[in-house]
Amino acid sequence: MARITFLEAIRAAQLEEMQRDDKVFIMGEDIVCNVFGTTTDFVENFGLERVRDTPISENGFVGAGAGAAMVGMRPIIDVTLSSFLYPAMDQIVSIIAKSRYIYGGQASLPLVVRSCMFYGNSNAAQHSDRPYPMLMGVPGLKIIVPSGPRDMKGMLKAAIRDNDPVFCFEDATLWSGKEEVPDDPDFIVPIGKAEVKREGTDVSIFAIGGAVPMAMAAAKILADDGISAEVVDPRTLSPLDREAILKSARKTGRVVAVDPAHLTCSAASEISAIVVEDAFDTLRAPIVRVTTPDTHMPFSPVIEKALYPNKERILAAVRKVVGLPVPA
Amino acid sequence: MPDKTNDRSLESYRRMLRIRHFEDRAEAMHAAGEIPGSLHTYAGQEASGVGACMALRDDDYMVGTHRSHGHPIAKGAALRPLMAELLAKATGICKGKGGSMHLSDFKVGSLGETSIVGSGLPVAVGAALGSKLQGNDRVSLCFFGDGASNEGAFHEACNLAAVWTLPVIFLCENNGYAVSTPASAMVSVKDVAERAKAYSMPSAIVDGQDVEAVFEAVTEAVTRARTGGGPTFIETKTYRYAEHAVNMGRVLLDRGGEVDEWRSRDPITKYRKRLVEGGVAEATLDTIETEVVAEVEDAITFGRESPYPTQEEAFDDVLSERLPIPAFLTA
Ligand SMILES: Cc1ncc(C[n+]2csc(CCOP(=O)(O)OP(=O)(O)O)c2C)c(N)n1
Ligand SMILES: [Mg+2]
Repeated sequence: MARITFLEAIRAAQLEEMQRDDKVFIMGEDIVCNVFGTTTDFVENFGLERVRDTPISENGFVGAGAGAAMVGMRPIIDVTLSSFLYPAMDQIVSIIAKSRYIYGGQASLPLVVRSCMFYGNSNAAQHSDRPYPMLMGVPGLKIIVPSGPRDMKGMLKAAIRDNDPVFCFEDATLWSGKEEVPDDPDFIVPIGKAEVKREGTDVSIFAIGGAVPMAMAAAKILADDGISAEVVDPRTLSPLDREAILKSARKTGRVVAVDPAHLTCSAASEISAIVVEDAFDTLRAPIVRVTTPDTHMPFSPVIEKALYPNKERILAAVRKVVGLPVPA
Repeated sequence: MPDKTNDRSLESYRRMLRIRHFEDRAEAMHAAGEIPGSLHTYAGQEASGVGACMALRDDDYMVGTHRSHGHPIAKGAALRPLMAELLAKATGICKGKGGSMHLSDFKVGSLGETSIVGSGLPVAVGAALGSKLQGNDRVSLCFFGDGASNEGAFHEACNLAAVWTLPVIFLCENNGYAVSTPASAMVSVKDVAERAKAYSMPSAIVDGQDVEAVFEAVTEAVTRARTGGGPTFIETKTYRYAEHAVNMGRVLLDRGGEVDEWRSRDPITKYRKRLVEGGVAEATLDTIETEVVAEVEDAITFGRESPYPTQEEAFDDVLSERLPIPAFLTA
């Protein structure tokens, strides 16, 4: 066990998997200079063939990852910020997601596309997206959003070993958070499994990425008010762990879904729909979603900050579903 | 040799100085935490932007990049709304929605300073198509970097402009780097301008530290575009003095003595010398400098005294009508 940051967890996962399997290589913009600290000493360890700087050609190198995967490599494609996935949407949707299907299973695409969600820093609308819901609408992709260093390391390792394309969305608000993380090279956190981060009986808070620590903090405060909140982190958004979601919803009968993405068609929306379809009879109150409203992210920090989910909004949502007066 | 009575020369000098001084102040304010977000400075590249914009008419179009401070000032934008934007104020040119990467003033013909690399090129082509369809003689100029020439959008835009014979000028500001990667390692040709050949486009490579040379090359391209001759590709060889963005607390790539070498060919210092040698009185240039300093200070005061946008304004300009304000923000 070692206490490491989220970024160090990314580095550790990549390092261990590249040591374990020489088919694994990494490419992306400004990888060699180690811009975010996830490839420290990689060039020294693996050389420039396996640690590749790419030109600013996202559609090109993401698609090249697909081709390399088809012939047996296991690329890790670092797309820096998730807003830069858009130029690559062509290869992501038409090639990466669909090749296995349209070729009747002949193609296998074991690749990982990593990108961070860099929001809340006054970098304006073109840099601040949290676009996993768009990809949730595309069959053929796995999507993970780890919420802490332990899950980050374990899930990224699982993603690299997975035989399907996995999109890893890294919430930059979590970058510097530390946690005890196993250093066993075979430590894996399975894809497709939610985790109950805190047990509770009165309300289920489903929280994604950077919203998980907020939900945990809210649950602590609620406990002082005599409300027992269960915090569930789906961790994988495609495929969602329906059983875990339904189990918690049935147990508490009250649901708050917290998601840093935009409200409409968010992961919170999908979670809510699952609960309404299959656990409606156990619900004791309408579901509340705590998300980012359907506007772009403005540059000005005075109006950007309040748009995202925060602890206060989660508390208000929980008080509403448990039927307590919500203070103004 | 510029004539001392030549207004254009003095205006070129004034605009380059404006950019430099505006950014020097902005960089310090950013370091002090007064300007949020990231700040990509244009220092070192002033002659490229100003030389190009001086060759344009006020009603010609222009599209730029994340390195957005120089282009609008070069095209003649007022400083107050630009500084207010950096300060995230409601009086900013983008009402505090855009910030440092988007100092785009549509009043001077800008159609955006866009921070997704390569995304401005098709827009410039479309504006040129608009001019052609509307039967006017406005041209479009697109600024982009060496790094952007590796995006698919760049190649598609070039081909479109060529096959439709559109009045567009592709102005590649080759400052040698994209973040940490040298163009020599990332671009398949020595000069980005070689790529013009693939699109049957005339091209020119100019010293981007020489405002007159840039002006002349762009003037020729503008004449071609206005008279139906189609697109031109111009590569300015230039340099950014700072890191990719300032105040990062980190050097991503050590560029060695190269930075000092380029600084010794500073476009503003060089041009001043040339103007003086051409007979312009030092006092005239000193006066311009004093005026520019005062103008920038005035813009800073304006920005500082301006109000921030209200929370409701986060829901303006998503569509032409304001969106409803969510309940959690009105409670
Ligand atoms: C599509 C996309 N990919 C990556 C980035 C991150 N990024 C911002 S500026 C930049 C380098 C651009 O280099 P260049 O085009 O040469 O312009 P310069 O910064 O040198 O002015 C990169 C990679 C981005 N903004 N958009
Ligand atoms: Mg460049």
